[in-house]
Amino acid sequence: MLAFAIRRLLQSVLVMLAVGFIAFSLFNFTGDPVALMLPPEATQADRDEVRKSLGLDEPSYVQFAIFVKNGLQGNFGISLRLGRPVSQLLIERLPATLELAMTAALLGLLIGIPMGIFTALKRDSWTSKVFLTGSLIGVSLPNFLIGIFLILIFAVWLGWLPSFGRGDVTQIGYWSTGFLTQSGLKALVLPAITLGFYPVTLIMRLVRAEMLEVLRTDYIKFARARGLTNHAVHFGHALKNTLVPVITITGLQLGGLIAFAIITETVFQWPGMGLLFIQAVQFADIPVMAAYLCLIGFIFVSINLMVDMLYYVVDPRLRVDRATLGGH
Amino acid sequence: MINFRKLLSASVLLATLLLSSAATVSTAAAPANTKILRYASQDDPQTLDPHSANLTPTNRVISQVYESLVARDKDFKIIPGLALWWSNPDAKTWRFKLRPNVKFHDGSPFTADDVVFSLERTLHPLSQLKSSVQGVASARKIDDLTVDFVMKEPNPVLLNHLYQFRIMSKIWASKNNALTPQNYKSNEDTFASRNTNGTGPFSVKLRQPDVKTVLVANADWWNNASKEKGNVTQVEMLPIKSNATRMAALLSGEIDFVLDPPQQDVARLKADPNIRIAEGHEARIQYFAFDQFRDELLYSSVKGKNPLRDLRVRQAMGYAIDVNAIRQVVMRGLSTPTGSIVPPGTQGYSKEADKRLPFDREKAKALLTEAGYPTGFSITLDCGANQPPADICQAVAAMLTQIGIRTTPNIVPLANYFSKLQKFDTSFYLLSWGATTFDSFYTLQALLNTNSGEQSSNGDSNYGRYSNPKMDELIGKIKSEFDMKKRDGWIGEALLLNQRDIATLPLHQPVIPWAMRKNIEANFAPNNIAYFFRFKKN
Amino acid sequence: MVDLMRRFFDSDIWHSFKRNPLVIAATIAALICLFAASLAPWIAPHNPFDLKTLNLLDAFSPPAWIAAGKSEFLLGTDDQGRDVLSTIMHGSRVSLVVGICAVFLSMVIGITLGLISGYVGGALDAFIMRVADIQLSFPAILIALLIDGVARAVIAKENHDQVAVYVLIFAIAASGWVQYARTVRGSTLVERNKEYVQAARVIGRRSLAIMFSHVLPNVMGPVMVLATLHVGTAIITEATLSFLGVGVPPTQPSLGTLIRVGNDFLFSGEWWITVFPGLALVILVLSINIIGDWLRDALNPKLR
Repeated sequence: MLAFAIRRLLQSVLVMLAVGFIAFSLFNFTGDPVALMLPPEATQADRDEVRKSLGLDEPSYVQFAIFVKNGLQGNFGISLRLGRPVSQLLIERLPATLELAMTAALLGLLIGIPMGIFTALKRDSWTSKVFLTGSLIGVSLPNFLIGIFLILIFAVWLGWLPSFGRGDVTQIGYWSTGFLTQSGLKALVLPAITLGFYPVTLIMRLVRAEMLEVLRTDYIKFARARGLTNHAVHFGHALKNTLVPVITITGLQLGGLIAFAIITETVFQWPGMGLLFIQAVQFADIPVMAAYLCLIGFIFVSINLMVDMLYYVVDPRLRVDRATLGGH
Repeated sequence: MINFRKLLSASVLLATLLLSSAATVSTAAAPANTKILRYASQDDPQTLDPHSANLTPTNRVISQVYESLVARDKDFKIIPGLALWWSNPDAKTWRFKLRPNVKFHDGSPFTADDVVFSLERTLHPLSQLKSSVQGVASARKIDDLTVDFVMKEPNPVLLNHLYQFRIMSKIWASKNNALTPQNYKSNEDTFASRNTNGTGPFSVKLRQPDVKTVLVANADWWNNASKEKGNVTQVEMLPIKSNATRMAALLSGEIDFVLDPPQQDVARLKADPNIRIAEGHEARIQYFAFDQFRDELLYSSVKGKNPLRDLRVRQAMGYAIDVNAIRQVVMRGLSTPTGSIVPPGTQGYSKEADKRLPFDREKAKALLTEAGYPTGFSITLDCGANQPPADICQAVAAMLTQIGIRTTPNIVPLANYFSKLQKFDTSFYLLSWGATTFDSFYTLQALLNTNSGEQSSNGDSNYGRYSNPKMDELIGKIKSEFDMKKRDGWIGEALLLNQRDIATLPLHQPVIPWAMRKNIEANFAPNNIAYFFRFKKN
Repeated sequence: MVDLMRRFFDSDIWHSFKRNPLVIAATIAALICLFAASLAPWIAPHNPFDLKTLNLLDAFSPPAWIAAGKSEFLLGTDDQGRDVLSTIMHGSRVSLVVGICAVFLSMVIGITLGLISGYVGGALDAFIMRVADIQLSFPAILIALLIDGVARAVIAKENHDQVAVYVLIFAIAASGWVQYARTVRGSTLVERNKEYVQAARVIGRRSLAIMFSHVLPNVMGPVMVLATLHVGTAIITEATLSFLGVGVPPTQPSLGTLIRVGNDFLFSGEWWITVFPGLALVILVLSINIIGDWLRDALNPKLR
C-alpha cells in the first residue's frame, strides 16, 4: 500500500511539474514579461533592475525553479487586465466555481444513476428508448444553448428563477457560500441544471453500459442459477459492481466540470474562475491563464490521486499498477 | 466495497454541520428604511482613482464619491459645490471660498490643504484629468477655507472644466501611500485604485472588480437637506456584460435599473407595465473621421496617394450615408441625425452649422468619378466592438460599398481600440465624443486642432490628424476670449469650417434610454451618469 | 467495384441500417446539411456577404410565414438585412469545414503518434502515452481555449483575423488526438509481434511502411467511429468558442457566431435570428451523433 501510494504521489508531482512547465512557457514565450510589467516609458535601467529582481538573468532551468517556488507559494504575478495579484483573484472566485461544479455533479449522480439502472434493466421498454434518445440530444445540445433556453423560459417567461449571479452570499472565513441564503440557492438552480446536463447523460449511459456488461458475466448467471431473486441480483450484485467505475468517472468528471463551468459561468455571469479565465483569454491576460492552468492541473491531479487510492482500497483485484492497464 | 449507506449518512451529517454553522453566521437583518438600488450596466469601472483615467465607467462611480468645488443641479446649471462662492479678481487668478464643516468619509475635515493637494495630484504627469483644470498653473492656500488658483493661461470657462476636478483627502492619501495618481497605462495596483475617501453622497463599501461595487449613503453629507435628494441608502453596481442577461435580470426584477439597455429591447420594455423608461439626448456625438495626414493610406487599395485628402471623396461619403435608415433600423429611432460635431445645448452650438449632406447615391457616385475614382476603391473602417458602433459600422460599410467604396468593417475590442487610434493606426474610423464640459471649446480643441503630439492637449484626440491653420487660429481665439458673444461667434465659424472641410463627418446624437422598475424614480442626465443621490425607490 | 457494392449491401451493417429508421432519418438530415453547406455559394437564395446587395431597410424581417415577413426571405433577416437562411448555409459551411479539418488533422496526429508509439515502444512510447494521459485529464474545450489564448498573445491583432480559422482548427485538433493514438497503439502492439511483420522485417522492408500497410487497415473501423463522433464534438467545440467570442472572426461567421449575434435580439422578439441557427446546429450535431452511435454499436458485436 505504502509503495503504491508513494509511486502514485511521485507520478502526480511529475504531472504537476509538466503542467507547471507549460504555464512557465506561456510566460516566457509570449512576449517579454518585463515589458508586460513596466510602463512603456521605463528606462533600460528600470528594465534591467526588474529583470534581475525576477531572476530573468539566470539560465532557464533556474528560472523555472523560481517559477515553481513562486507557484508553490501561490504567487503568479499581477493580472494584466485587473492589476491585482492573480492568486487573490482566484481565491475570491474559487468557492463560486466549486459550489457550482459540486452541485452539478450531485445532480448527475442523483438523476443519472437511477436512469441508467432503469434503461439497463428494462432495455426494450419505450421509456428507455426515450431516455436514450434524450441523452443523445443532451450530448448534442451545446451547453450555452441549454443555458440560453433555460433563462428564456424560467427567468423571463415564468419569472421563477434568477438569470445571473450568485444571489446573496455568506462569508465564512475565506469561503463565500451561496448555500445558506434563499437567493443564493435560487440563483444556483439554473446554472447547476445547465452544467449538470452533460454529467446526467454521461452517468446514465455509463451505468447502463456497465450494468449490461456485468449482467452478462458468469457470476451473475451463476447467481441467477442459484435462484436469487431478480431484485437481489440486480441491486445486490450488479449495481455494486457497476458503481466502482461510476465513482471513478464521476470523480474524474468533477475536474472536467470545473473546467466546463467556463461556458455556464459566461452565460449566467456566475462570478467564478471560469468567467475570470474566459476574460483572460479574450485579453491575452497570461498570468491569469497560467495560474488557472496550474490550479486546474492541481485539482485534476489531486482528484486522480484520490480516485486511485479509493480504487486501491475498494477493489482488491485492482491492486496492480493501473498504469499498465492504461494502454490496453 | 464502499458502503453506500455509510457514505450517505456521512454526507447528511456534513450538511447538517454546515447548516448549523450557518446559524451562527447571522445575516444581519436590514433595517426597515434601507432602500437598496440594484444597478447594472455592461461596463465595470476600470479604477476608483479619481485622477488617473478619464473614462466614463470610472466617472460613474467616482462622481458619487468625490466632489468638486462646483456642482451641477439637475438641469446641469453650475452651482456651488465644495466652494461656497468664487471670484475672478483678474485674468490670472480665481479665488474660491470653501464650504465649512465638510467632512471626508473617514471623518477628517475638508480644508484648503486638500484642494491644493488635489490640484497637484491632478496636474501630475500620470494623471489623465489635466483638462479638468485647463489653464491652471498652481494653487495657493490663503487660509483654511480660502484657495487661489493661479492661471498660466486664461480660461473663460474654467468652472465648466472644474466640474470634473475631484477633491481627495490629503491626510488619507499620504497615510495610504497614494500621493500620486495610479499609473493607469501599466495597470498599477494602488490603494486609491481600490479604495476611496471623498466628501460625496456615497462611500464605497465593497469593491470586487468585475463582480460588484457596493456604495452606501453618507449620513453626514453636507447636502443631505437638498431638495433634489432621493431616498436610496445603498447601491449595488453590477457589471453584466451580456445584453440578454442584463435584460432578463431587469425583466424578472432581480435588478432595479439598467443604464444601457440594448436599443432593440426598448420598445418591448416600454410595453412592459413593470418597467419605466427615462430617456433623453446624451451630450455626445457619434462621428466618422479620416486619415487626412498620410500620403498613402495604411488600409486601402489606392497606392501612391491618399484619396481621403480629396474633399470630393469625403463629400461623396457624406452623401452615401443614409442616416435615417441607421436611425430607424440600427438605433430603433433612438438618435437624432446631426451635421454638427457639438450637440444642441452646448455653449456656442450653431443651428447654421448643423446641416447634413442629404442622402444622394447618384451625387456621391458623380463626386467619386470627378475625383478620379470612377470604379471606386477599397478601404477599412475601424470601430469599437461595443454596441451600437459595431452595427453602425457594418451598415455604413454596406452603404459605402454601394457607391463603389468597398469598405471592410474592422471591429476591434475596446481595450485595443483606443490604443490603436492613439498610434494613428487607422485610415477611417467611427468614434463618439462627449461634450463633457457643455462648452464647444473642449470638443474643438481635442478633435479639430492640429495634433501637437505630446506637447499639449491640442488635437490630442484628432487621430486622423486633420490640420487647417485657419481652424487652429479660431481655436486659439476661442481659448482666451472672455467676451461670450464674440466667443460664440468664433465657435460658430469653427463649426462651419468643420462642416465645409468635412474634417469630421458627424452622424447622430444618441438618445439614451435608462430602463428601471416602476418603483424607481430617476431623471435622465445628459452626461449619461446616474446620480444616485437623486434616485427614489418607492 | 460492383463486387464491392454487392458486398456492402449484403453486409450486416447495411441490414442493421435498413432496420433503423432513426439512423436513416439522421443520415438524410446529415446529407441535406452537408449538401446545403457545401453548395452554399451557388444555391443559397442570397449572398449575405455581398455588401452591394444588402439593404439595411430589409433588416429584422420575420420568417416568410409570419404576417410581416417577406417571401424572398424564407427564414427572415438579421440585424443587417441579411437573409437568415443564407447565413445559416454559409455558417454551416464554416462550422463543417472547421469541424472536419480539425478531425482530420486530429486523426493524422493521433494515428501517426499511435503507430510510432506502438511500434517503437520503450521510452518514446512511455513518453507519448504519459503526455496522452495528462492531456486526457483536461477537457478538450479548455485545451482549445488555452491554445487560442496563447495565439492571441503571440499573434498581432491585425494578423489574427486572417489566421483565426487555422488557429481554431489546430486548437480543436490538438485537443482530440489522444483517443486515436490510444486505439491505434493498441492494435499496433498486437500486430507488431505477428509473424508476417517479423518476416517482413527480416527481409528488410522499412518498418513504418509495414505498419502503414498492415496495421492501418485493421484499425480503420474503430478510428472511423471515433472520427464520426468526434466531428460532432468538434463542431460543438467550435460553436462554443465562437459563442464565447474567441472563435472565428465575425467576417466569416460560423453557426456559433450567428447564435451569439442573434442572442442579443432574443428578448426584443426577433427570435428567428438566433433560434434558426441554433436549430441548424442541433440538427447537424444530433444527426452526426446518431450515425456515430449506431456505427459504434453496429461494429461492436458484443453489444448487439
